[in-house]
Amino acid sequence: MSQLYEGKKGEKVLFMGNQAIARGALEAGVSVAAGYPGTPSSEIIENLADVSKEANMYVEWSANEKIAVEVAAAASFAGLRSMCTMKQNGVNVASDFLLHLVLSGTRGGMVLVPCDDPGALSSINEGEARHFAKLLEIPLLEAGDFQEAKDMLKWAFELSEEIHNLVMFRSVTRLSHASGSVELGEIPHTEPQAKFVNNGFILDPLEGPIVSAPVGYKHGLQQDKLKKAEELFEESPFNTYVGPENPEILLITSSGATLYSREAIHLCNAKDKVGLLKLGTTFPLPSKLIAKHLKTTDKVLVVEEVLPFMEENLKVLAQELAPEVGQKTFYGKRSGNIPMTGELNPDLVATALATLLGDAYSPQDQEYQTKAAQQVFFNAPVRDLTFCPGCPHRASFWSIHNVLAADNREGFVCGDIGCYSMAFLPSGFSTLKTLHAMGSGTGVASGFGKLGQFGLDQPVVSVCGDSTFFHSGIPALVNAIHHKSDITMVILDNSGTGMTGFQSHPGLPVDAQGNESPALDIPTICRALGATVEVCDPFYPYKTQQTFHKLLEAPGAKVLVLRQICALSPEKKGKKQFEMSVDEDVCLGENCGCNKLCTRVFRCPGLRWDEEKKVATIDEVICAGCGMCAAICPSGAITRKEVA
Amino acid sequence: MGTATLTKDPYNLIITGVGGQGNVLASRVLGNLLADQGFSITIGETFGASQRGGSVMSHMRISAGESWSPQIPQGQADMVVALEPIEALRVLHTYGHPGVKVISNTRSIYPVGVISGDNKYPSMDELKTIIEDLTESVWFINATDAAMKLGNPIFGNIMMVGALAKTGVLPIDRDGFEKVMLRTMGEKKTPVNLKAFDMGAEMIT
Ligand code: SF4
Ligand code: SF4
Repeated sequence: MSQLYEGKKGEKVLFMGNQAIARGALEAGVSVAAGYPGTPSSEIIENLADVSKEANMYVEWSANEKIAVEVAAAASFAGLRSMCTMKQNGVNVASDFLLHLVLSGTRGGMVLVPCDDPGALSSINEGEARHFAKLLEIPLLEAGDFQEAKDMLKWAFELSEEIHNLVMFRSVTRLSHASGSVELGEIPHTEPQAKFVNNGFILDPLEGPIVSAPVGYKHGLQQDKLKKAEELFEESPFNTYVGPENPEILLITSSGATLYSREAIHLCNAKDKVGLLKLGTTFPLPSKLIAKHLKTTDKVLVVEEVLPFMEENLKVLAQELAPEVGQKTFYGKRSGNIPMTGELNPDLVATALATLLGDAYSPQDQEYQTKAAQQVFFNAPVRDLTFCPGCPHRASFWSIHNVLAADNREGFVCGDIGCYSMAFLPSGFSTLKTLHAMGSGTGVASGFGKLGQFGLDQPVVSVCGDSTFFHSGIPALVNAIHHKSDITMVILDNSGTGMTGFQSHPGLPVDAQGNESPALDIPTICRALGATVEVCDPFYPYKTQQTFHKLLEAPGAKVLVLRQICALSPEKKGKKQFEMSVDEDVCLGENCGCNKLCTRVFRCPGLRWDEEKKVATIDEVICAGCGMCAAICPSGAITRKEVA
Repeated sequence: MGTATLTKDPYNLIITGVGGQGNVLASRVLGNLLADQGFSITIGETFGASQRGGSVMSHMRISAGESWSPQIPQGQADMVVALEPIEALRVLHTYGHPGVKVISNTRSIYPVGVISGDNKYPSMDELKTIIEDLTESVWFINATDAAMKLGNPIFGNIMMVGALAKTGVLPIDRDGFEKVMLRTMGEKKTPVNLKAFDMGAEMIT
């Protein structure tokens, strides 16, 4: 990681896209960075936090994305360069503040970096932040490769300062989480001074107070800024063209789709026929540049992820330009040549291109493909997602599920985003029945909990992680308590933002930069809000189930904090607390529970079923030594020995 | 910059395994090894679901000049390094062709469906036959068991890197590996990783 800060100008390094983005920010002399963890964005803040002391930066994991933008905006108002990062959903959370910020404008360069997840590789939606650029009326930049990710981010700060407004730099999973060769530039060594000047004339953007009013005037100003950006975009080196002077097809692309498009042209052997216009500045579109290229051909293929954002903007522009450039035929998502959902890849683009060129593209040897497909179908068991060995969530849902099943009133659990989202799968005993945005489990439960007057008599439970509790769980709990909603909120406190890699949150005694920080205690907060609160360790299922059952019976909003550190946390990872073993003579096997309780029902990946001996065994490579299976085995066949 | 050359440009390598096996680390190490020689590298990784027992795959494109897409086109893998044998088979399905080579670990990690008894995991002999049939050359090594002897199954990933170096399909060697280790892991952790690298190399005959 040290190359991030210590790498010298001209050095060529292998960087992950998010490292390239972080390096771009360092080369731009950024002073403040804030974000909320979310795949694929998290490594940007992580990398910056690692070098924050050397780089004289302030870096934080904010409690949620709206706050991250507010924190970064304050730095900009004080004249510093700042940025904030988040995954696509984060922009929704932040949009309330953003709509005001873009009116009031910024001072020090400020860049918003949302990382979208086409294909929802690690999300439960594939929403796009790009549409917010349009809604917010701010410039949008999209890097086409790793080098650009660095260079363009640096330029984004200059652009922001030139127009005095926020600039959006959008990344996608295949850029953020892929790695490529990057040539480094210089990191400036300056000592910026923060000062918030606020006593000037109300309309003075640099010395007056910062407000979005008068809205009419500021909105006009905002659109002028956007116009200015468009003019700058006309000459941007991030918009490039390769191909013949008069291509048969003009392929217009941006972002991660650039690499797929380049490869597709190569796969189709079509360098002489297809021109590749790669746009780095995708909103607003540079109209003169577009006009110049539209004049060279009649057929245009637009390649982008996920929705036809650029395609639709290009069509509007092409219509306006029609008297000058003539009528064009567009191919892309609306024509069905490029899929409307999911991420792209070189094969999908090559297939689309081949069709337009009148060829067929067949990626794989047909005979080989058929043979391999059969083998996979018959011999490669699917690898369903499951909680890790030693995961406290498996234990928690074991108890929640069993109590609800025994209760027999069709109780259900409302969930939200975190590793624990997987509890809608068999590995969480299919316990989650609703799954939406962060904090929504408790918000939705709060609503269900008020339906008693309409005859709803099922127990209502919500689950929420510790980071999520601070992000958006608190207001939902406040709502439930205030409205006397009958819910049991289970806070799965595994001491970190487990899903994204242990970023800090306000409940922990350490911040992003590694400084000691006051940890806010979740049970104390919940009690102060007025909830009945109990705390248990999910690895003690008997006590947990008893307590949970008791809470379910009580009226009003109750909280059960299930506290146990994540198996992958730096403190625990690779260290077994218990050495586990199964006593073959005691194991009941097929006669146990409803047939092999531990492997068939509890399903920890650390267990195996020995076909020959008909007993359970421990897979020592996988088992994390949490001891939970010993607690559930009805015959006491599984034993645990404390590791010294 | 070295004068090493590739047998094919871009050379397409896939490292596959199950979350938690150190797949991403292996691809980073290899990427750095090759980048140090002046090659242009692109690595595409799927992680996110990676910690949770899911299949994980890294695509590596190695080229003398160009930056290639982080996703290898279908049927175009030149070499597959599999930390888990079923994952080798899964990758061949999409990225294989009759000329592909494979190095596979032989230690299985059961999917939950197998643990629960819903699915069956084929025997290692069956798997070997299937994979042999789908490849030009294949090496099977028991990296996990060897790694356990070093004290931690996680070293299996570095053994696979050592094994890959020994096959000679790519211009990588022990010295380059040592340099990368020293830079990324520091002096304390380098010796054990070098040991793992050597053990992996020894398993290729
Ligand atoms: S739960 Fe205990 S008795 Fe039942 S199969 Fe597992 S080890 Fe054997
Ligand atoms: S101790 Fe039991 S429950 Fe815990 S990881 Fe090992 S096998 Fe799984």
